[in-house]
Amino acid sequence: MSLFRNPSDQPLWKDEFSVFTADERYVTRRQFTKFLSLASLGMFAGNLWILAKTFFVKTPEFPSTVVAELGEIPVGGVKLFTYPAPQDHCILVRTGDDKYVAYSQKCTHLSCAVYYSAQQGRLECPCHQGYFSIKDGSVLQGPPPRPLPRIVLERDAGKLVAKGVKVGEHG
Amino acid sequence: MADLPSPNQRRGLVAIDGAMALMVILLVVQIWLLSATLEGFLAGHHGVALPAAIFSGLLFAACVTIDAFVERVDRESRKD
Ligand code: FES
Repeated sequence: MSLFRNPSDQPLWKDEFSVFTADERYVTRRQFTKFLSLASLGMFAGNLWILAKTFFVKTPEFPSTVVAELGEIPVGGVKLFTYPAPQDHCILVRTGDDKYVAYSQKCTHLSCAVYYSAQQGRLECPCHQGYFSIKDGSVLQGPPPRPLPRIVLERDAGKLVAKGVKVGEHG
Repeated sequence: MADLPSPNQRRGLVAIDGAMALMVILLVVQIWLLSATLEGFLAGHHGVALPAAIFSGLLFAACVTIDAFVERVDRESRKD
């Protein structure tokens, strides 16, 4: 099978610009199936691109960054910070006396900034009412398709240190 | 060649229309597959990429086969 058509002995211009209605119907259908095949190739290329990304993209190295002092914020309070890059906004929440959690502030739906609702005990996105669990960042309600990326926190000499970002179903 | 399609040409058109409908269905499945794979990839499920790529390749092969079928029908009906 050749990808470039040669269906008849006629010159190409006669095939593709027929003056007969009966032939014209074939021309439009032929062109449409070619277009569909090309679109299918595009989808396949997209899948190959994702496959290549999973094979060749290394997991990034995350820096250690001091986010806050222990006890710096009250229980139920929040602190905004950036991690790992200055444009990656994150939110740190003190959920208990000795409990801290931090998530990316970028909603996984359309990237609005989420905020902490202490009353409801969840992270809320004001744009389309997407709600995330404060425990693990999972989606409670609304259009966000994925949980919020969780910032891995460690304690070091009275300080909270961000050590990495976890992306996945369970934050 | 007459302006009205011959019976053979009409049969050919029906076959091509059926093939085109099948291609559209395959393409819709492929579009869905790509968006689901991307969604899975962004959610950290990297294991889905390989089976999805294989399946997408099969769908593309099916589309090319149907395209070849359309070419054949086209060629044969033009002999009239
Ligand atoms: S951007 Fe957050 S719910 Fe739409």
